[in-house]
Amino acid sequence: MAKHKISVTVNGAAREAEVESRLLLVHLIRENFRLTGTHVGCDTSHCGVCTVMLDGQPVKSCTVLAVQADGSKITTVEGLEQGGKLHPVQEGFTEKHALQCGFCTPGMMITCCALLERNKNPSELEIRQAISGNLCRCTGYNNIVKAVQHASEKMR
Amino acid sequence: MIPAAFDYHGPGTLDEAIGLLSRHGEQAKVLSGGMSLLPMLKLRLGSFEHLVDIGRIPGLEYIKEDGGFVRIGGATRQATLERSELIRARYPILADALPLIADPLVRNRATIGGNLANGDPANDHPAIAIALGATLVLRGPKGERTVPANKFYKALYTTALAPDEILTEVRIPLPPPHSGGAYEKLKRKTGDFAAAAVAVQLTLDKKGAVERAGIGLTSVASTPLEATDASKKLIGSVLNEKSILEAAQLAAAQAQPSADRRGSVDYKRNMIRVLATRALRRAMQRAGGQ
Repeated sequence: MAKHKISVTVNGAAREAEVESRLLLVHLIRENFRLTGTHVGCDTSHCGVCTVMLDGQPVKSCTVLAVQADGSKITTVEGLEQGGKLHPVQEGFTEKHALQCGFCTPGMMITCCALLERNKNPSELEIRQAISGNLCRCTGYNNIVKAVQHASEKMR
Repeated sequence: MIPAAFDYHGPGTLDEAIGLLSRHGEQAKVLSGGMSLLPMLKLRLGSFEHLVDIGRIPGLEYIKEDGGFVRIGGATRQATLERSELIRARYPILADALPLIADPLVRNRATIGGNLANGDPANDHPAIAIALGATLVLRGPKGERTVPANKFYKALYTTALAPDEILTEVRIPLPPPHSGGAYEKLKRKTGDFAAAAVAVQLTLDKKGAVERAGIGLTSVASTPLEATDASKKLIGSVLNEKSILEAAQLAAAQAQPSADRRGSVDYKRNMIRVLATRALRRAMQRAGGQ
């Protein structure tokens, strides 16, 4: 079976890899690039813990082939902090206690960042709809909504 | 979960993609958004030796009004359709349905062509395409042919697509004046498939009588279903509560659901009746009826 040479930009850095056709993007990120902030949960595109930004869109990286991402820009949770300063969404999650076990948090924050890039001032309903593909079993989502609202205010 | 090994191909043109499909026949599968195909491969419900990714072919993602139709490129993402002013303005039935398909992250990858070509009766676009009287454009080695959506589905996961053909475009007729549509979907939670859903597209004549009624049913047979008995009953009649209930009964009678964790046969058939009633009422309001 053929191998493919791929180049991607991960959190601003150019990376290359030689991958099997069937390698999933989440495994490229975790195992080849050792960025283990992105998690594997349900592995069937339901839970959203594997969410990364692919060319500006949040996607479930357990259901994308690594080779499909060739030439793309990827942002993972490790890329949210800039120059030692947390992203407003990360600050919001800290301030509003938007996590307990933390397993969904990296994917959840990527989805929230993508929402705020598209919509600077989302309503509560828009926030809840935007995160509807990311499951959290701890918080009941209320504090996640508050964290996004906090970030939205900070970013204005 | 890791899929069984396959060879990935990322052709840059449609001709190259069709050439690959011709060469590998039944052993090749088209990869579009991958939101149904990749989970299927990961769960080992199916396997192919070759995946032909059409995501790198330029010119397959578009939404344009042209010659009495809205033409949608096969690789157009669900999220793009959801944000399209043209779609929202022309087809409220799609505006109803799009936010209910899978979840927002899946819709960022999933494509309309994939949803239609997959042949899963639980996908939402087939019933909608049937209701809208849409035509599907298929491209193969001998060129292009068109198949009406209501003639496309043959059996479970079996469509009119030959192994060396690609669904390149969906053509939806522009609704005439006094038209309206609606999609009513029952699902347990975000991300779930429909337990049952009903797509309705109506056109009324000047007197307010039904000129055309397209009705498609999701998840209640081995293929997407056209509720032909209900449509026939409605043609020529002025819609009122009585005729709506009668048509909804006929749609329910035509459904052939199977029992699963989403409900029993009787429950699903009854839900088709309820959803059809709601969809017909809303479509009628949108068409400018009472």
